[in-house]
Amino acid sequence: MNPDAATIAAGAPIEVDLSPIAQGQDIKVFWRGKPIYIMNRTKKQIEEARAVPVDSLRDPQSDESRVKTGHDNWLVVIGICTHLGCIPIAYEGNYDGFFCPCHGSQYDSSGRIRQGPAPLNLPVPPYQFVSDTKIQIG
Amino acid sequence: MSGPSDYQPSHPALKWIERRLPIMGFVHSSFVAYPTPRNLNYWWTFGAILSFMLGAQILTGVILAMHYTPNADLAFRSVELIVRDVNYGWLLRNMHAAGASMFFFAVYVHMFRGLYYGSYKEPREVLWILGVIIYLLMMATGFMGYVLPWGQMSFWGATVITNLFSAIPYVGDSIVTLLWGGYSVGNPTLNRFFSLHYLLPFLIAGVVALHVWALHVAGQGNPAGVDVKSEKDTVPFTPHATIKDLFGVSVFLLLFSWFIFYMPNYLGDADNYIPANPGVTPQHIVPEWYYLPFYAILRSIPNKLAGVIAMFSAIIVLVFLPWLDTAKTRSCKYRPLAKQFFWLFVITCILLGYLGAQPPEGVYVILGRILTVCYFAYFLIVMPLLSRIETPRPLPNSIADDVLAKSSVMASGAKAAVSAVVALVVAGGLWAGSAQSARAAEETTPPSQTWSFAGPFGKYDRGALQRGLKVYKEVCSNCHALSYIAFRNVGDAGGPGYSEAQVKALAAEYKVKDGPNDQGEMFERPGRPADYFPSPFPNEQAARAANGGAAPPDLSLIAKSRSYERGFPWFIFDLFTQFQEQGPNYIVGILTGFEDKPPAGVTIPDGSYYNKYFPGHAIKMPKPLSDGQVTFDDGSPATVQQYAHDVATFLMWAAEPHMEARKKLGMQVFIFLIIFAGLMYFTKKKVWADAH
Repeated sequence: MNPDAATIAAGAPIEVDLSPIAQGQDIKVFWRGKPIYIMNRTKKQIEEARAVPVDSLRDPQSDESRVKTGHDNWLVVIGICTHLGCIPIAYEGNYDGFFCPCHGSQYDSSGRIRQGPAPLNLPVPPYQFVSDTKIQIG
Repeated sequence: MSGPSDYQPSHPALKWIERRLPIMGFVHSSFVAYPTPRNLNYWWTFGAILSFMLGAQILTGVILAMHYTPNADLAFRSVELIVRDVNYGWLLRNMHAAGASMFFFAVYVHMFRGLYYGSYKEPREVLWILGVIIYLLMMATGFMGYVLPWGQMSFWGATVITNLFSAIPYVGDSIVTLLWGGYSVGNPTLNRFFSLHYLLPFLIAGVVALHVWALHVAGQGNPAGVDVKSEKDTVPFTPHATIKDLFGVSVFLLLFSWFIFYMPNYLGDADNYIPANPGVTPQHIVPEWYYLPFYAILRSIPNKLAGVIAMFSAIIVLVFLPWLDTAKTRSCKYRPLAKQFFWLFVITCILLGYLGAQPPEGVYVILGRILTVCYFAYFLIVMPLLSRIETPRPLPNSIADDVLAKSSVMASGAKAAVSAVVALVVAGGLWAGSAQSARAAEETTPPSQTWSFAGPFGKYDRGALQRGLKVYKEVCSNCHALSYIAFRNVGDAGGPGYSEAQVKALAAEYKVKDGPNDQGEMFERPGRPADYFPSPFPNEQAARAANGGAAPPDLSLIAKSRSYERGFPWFIFDLFTQFQEQGPNYIVGILTGFEDKPPAGVTIPDGSYYNKYFPGHAIKMPKPLSDGQVTFDDGSPATVQQYAHDVATFLMWAAEPHMEARKKLGMQVFIFLIIFAGLMYFTKKKVWADAH
């Protein structure tokens, strides 16, 4: 009753072209049935994320650990609220990050939970840069 | 099993069977000669009502399953095709959906009866626990059933509830993957939920058999809570209990029919008329009403795992009831303190239900926490305490004595309690309504129009339907599909009423893609009555590209998938006045609600237009209607208001083509049931005349 071979195969890695995404924009792609936000962060967003003391976070994680070195402006997170599974809205909320309309969880510009009932940060899916303008998710 | 039966059939063929499988004697001793206490009140008819509902759900469900397709791409449409094309499919669907609600309503009454009269006490503990198992199975069945239509609420409710299991440490994520059959709620999930939804009711039936068996071993409880002492205390099940149950069922059917025929969508959510979209979360994910108290308890605890444990504990605590409440007196009739706490508990449950539908903000959160504490305190603190400190009133000597005393004294006390409960239920319900108004606060409610199809005798205005079709064809169809309506439908009874020739002519106006032909090529041909209205765009992406990123929705179900809160106390009155025209009111509101400029201080994004009634006020559709745009042959005014009204009538028909048949059959069923219930009542009086 675990996922069958076809489902697993449909969950194979995908490649996403980053060149159409301008600074301050984001896109949503689907992988393994889950929505994934790919956000091209502005300098301001990166600085805001790095200014937060990591120990004060509910789910302590540094911004650096959630992005790839040399590609700090790219945030890739699974867009599923860690509370009860709704899809948060990008560029909403008090932290210039994500806001989940279901129960009011707020994530910052690094996708980390700052306010509201969600217990964990937005998960970062496995991905790598195959070139400066292309990533492979999965 | 415990009935006095030495039943022997007289006919030799029956004797032959009876010797080999004594089923007739079994039925005779269990349901004919079976001694049942003579002081039972109508709360005791709910067992029979529940058995009836289980049978009704299984029967309607099995027939629905003959037409339903459990595939994520096809499920939604298959349900619509049941409603539109299957003979009496609309009736089957309404019976099954309303039936689920009625099933839960009856089970809650049945459980509260058990709480009040101490039906869980010695020697009925196992009977009670079997009941809790039935209840759990019902909740699982109901949850999976709601997922099957694969609407927005189906999908997102499934997402939220299956995600709950990820709270379990270590094995949580594996369990969730097993439930999903994949990496998220998707087709494998739907398929396995369908399989289990078909299976579980038969498990329920099996546990119900054990439940009735356990009941017959101990004998039924009774309102006085005293044991059966002699034959004077009981009457044979048939005809006494049988006729009372029949009467109870017929009254219950009246309530059931109100929902089936006149308010089929009242207990549901409009969002479930929108096909499931994994990329868009609805504004408010709300479970069906019968889960609301537990949803409230879940959300009251800020910790994810603790919330899940609290929610399941709220049901599991029922199992321990016989050991939490050890008072010797069974019935709350003779326990003045327990009685009051019982009613407080009922209020707690109703208020928790109301809170479960509210956004978890502000005062609702605090109230939810207080009431969760109250809920558990009733079982874990109040009941053990009362067992020790309460002094019960003196019990009657026997059931026979109870019956004789009944006619004189008990009426007043019972009435006061009943009216208190009614008042509280009403209050609770009213509060539930005001809860909804919180959501409505930001949006402007469209004004209510007058509709020819409203009310129990409503009919579609044929002229309006035909004019509305014209508006759709000339204006809306440029961007909006109507993919559930076939050309033949405009010739069906209860619709625009075109003749066969007119239908053929309408179909022939359209070009339809068909093929492949023998050369393997696709080709175009003129439409036929069996074809559906074509979509203006080949796929969703093309629709978005042509409309500034926003795909124009299919209009087949728009009149049922758009609604707004009516607030308190209107939503109570609506149930009685049969108001359910939010959808058409909304459509007229949108079509007439465009303003050239947004009001001062309000900005809307580029490419959007300001609309008074669209949620958020910024709609991507430009004003589609202007005066004089469409001319009508019957001389009706060529105004936007007229177009809006006519196209909304047409779209209501498109969403619910069998409405007239539904209301007509409803009237016949009601008249029949009223007469039938009356006959049952007088028969019951006659049968019981000897017993009193």
